[in-house]
Amino acid sequence: MLVVLFCVVTVTFFLVQLMPGGPFSSERNIPEVTMKQLLARFNLNGTPWEKYTIYLGVRPNASGHYSGLLEGDLQLSTKYRNRSVKELLGNSLPISGMLGLSAFVLATVAGVWLGTIAAVRHNTPTDTTAMLAALGLISIPTFVTGPVLVLVFAIWIRLFPVGGWGSYSCLVLPSITLAGPYIAYIARLMRTSLLDVLSQDFIRTARAKGLDENRVIYKHALKVAILPVVSFLGPLAANLFTGSLVVEMIFNIPGAGSFFVNSILNNDPFLLEGSVIVYCTLLVLLNVFVDVIYTFLDSRIRLE
Amino acid sequence: MNATHPPGVWSRLRKNPVAMAALILLGLILASAFLGPFVFRADPHLTSREQFVPPSLAHPFGTDNNGRDALARVMEGARISLLVGLSGALISLVVGTTYGLVSGYVGGRTDSTMMRFVEILYSVPRLIILILATAAFDHRFKDWLNGVHFTFLKIGSIHWTFDGTSMVGYTKIIILILSLGLIEWLTMARIVRGQVLSLKNLQFVSAARALGQSHVKIIFRHLFPNLLSIVIIYLTLTIPAVILDESFLSFLGLGVQAPQASWGTLLSDGSQVINPVKSFWWLLLFPAAVMSVTLLALNFLGDALRDALDPRSRH
Repeated sequence: MLVVLFCVVTVTFFLVQLMPGGPFSSERNIPEVTMKQLLARFNLNGTPWEKYTIYLGVRPNASGHYSGLLEGDLQLSTKYRNRSVKELLGNSLPISGMLGLSAFVLATVAGVWLGTIAAVRHNTPTDTTAMLAALGLISIPTFVTGPVLVLVFAIWIRLFPVGGWGSYSCLVLPSITLAGPYIAYIARLMRTSLLDVLSQDFIRTARAKGLDENRVIYKHALKVAILPVVSFLGPLAANLFTGSLVVEMIFNIPGAGSFFVNSILNNDPFLLEGSVIVYCTLLVLLNVFVDVIYTFLDSRIRLE
Repeated sequence: MNATHPPGVWSRLRKNPVAMAALILLGLILASAFLGPFVFRADPHLTSREQFVPPSLAHPFGTDNNGRDALARVMEGARISLLVGLSGALISLVVGTTYGLVSGYVGGRTDSTMMRFVEILYSVPRLIILILATAAFDHRFKDWLNGVHFTFLKIGSIHWTFDGTSMVGYTKIIILILSLGLIEWLTMARIVRGQVLSLKNLQFVSAARALGQSHVKIIFRHLFPNLLSIVIIYLTLTIPAVILDESFLSFLGLGVQAPQASWGTLLSDGSQVINPVKSFWWLLLFPAAVMSVTLLALNFLGDALRDALDPRSRH
């Protein structure tokens, strides 16, 4: 886990070094002395290796301090002067988190519900339609559904705001857009898994001892059938994070996703590296978290 | 259909109305993307004063903010997106199949190391690395291409020359194809490896080995034909994935660059001219519809192919 993080940090750092121009190259006519001071202030002096070790925090910077990743310092943003990357991310991450969380809940709840219905009504028109619709939803990307939803529900029928952030009604369209493909994916996963479980022996036993069908499905079958969905929750969170880049852009949400794109366009090295590190850390942590939940839910895993 | 497929794949596919509809739609889209420009002669890059003209007979899809014909733009976008999708998927096919074949065939410690590497790559957020890589390498590639000019083949008075300068406008697309292909091969490698593991213990492989055939021959003459069907299925599912990634980047403004268009850039342009005051819906809905239909058709076709080739996967 730490190895993955370290690799990502390193690869990101050197890829950013490869990007054309420097962070200050767009501002013309900076005297060389000023430029040098600027670079020194932002710890951007020296060879790539020196910069890398300063960034990690294993080499003292120009002012003689150790101040890097190991010390928890993400440096300053070169675009938004005098604001640290930590502060910028700290302001915007809760917004992205809120959006991600509501999409996460929506995707899981709606997906499990739809998948269960499709499996219980196996081989009926309900099932077929639901699965065709699900494949449709999976195929269509969020940057198609998002603008189309805006056009229909915010401009033609003025039900929700076009974009922005602040009220709960602002959250509806972005969450649906973000969750859409994953509702479908989870529904498919849930259906397959529940059908599998329903054909197993312990379900026949439960039915044989005279439990009513609802009890069989909701009490016995669901508990086992939900496991593949749980193991998908880690990748789901990851996908929601990257997906939120586009959704934040469509709906003008001031979240952390916009930093990715803007810091590449503005050549803002530390902001970019900071966002990558935060995102990757969250992803890796979520994967570990899901693994832990999984072992709790499925006692067979612990026994092996 | 050749003998390596289970019998009756084509007939089973033909009985599936959804798959046939998908095939026909794909054919139509391919035809209109590549042959359409010969019928509908509008230059996708020609600007005019007729800005934001709603759909009409002269401009079936309307015109955009620079007065360019939107239908011609959508057709160009289709060409670029399909091209990127197809070539990216082919690269991932070659890389993934080779990796999976070697890993599965050699087995043992090599296999577990190679698969561990794939697992590590899986946990890396690929799109983010992709964004960084395209941003970092594009400029260098451009500088390198600019001024490269050489003749690599001379036959009589005909010279085949490689002119780098004329390709500078296309570097982003080339980089996109390469990096998408190099990123999307992981699933393919896993599937091929699993298949090879189960195949290599079968009797016909042991027989080939007993006859003293070389490893290369066993891999290409005996194993590869048996992998073909599964590889084709995943190719049809990789193409939409690559198209999706490409348009994701282009939508963010980090992919295909103006004046070229892909579906992603068209959608991004279209979503920017949607506002409560005046909405130019045709710039959004037409590219959205064409792209959705293509992706849907590809996914339905991939699903149907999987059902036709492997009836067990059907519930």
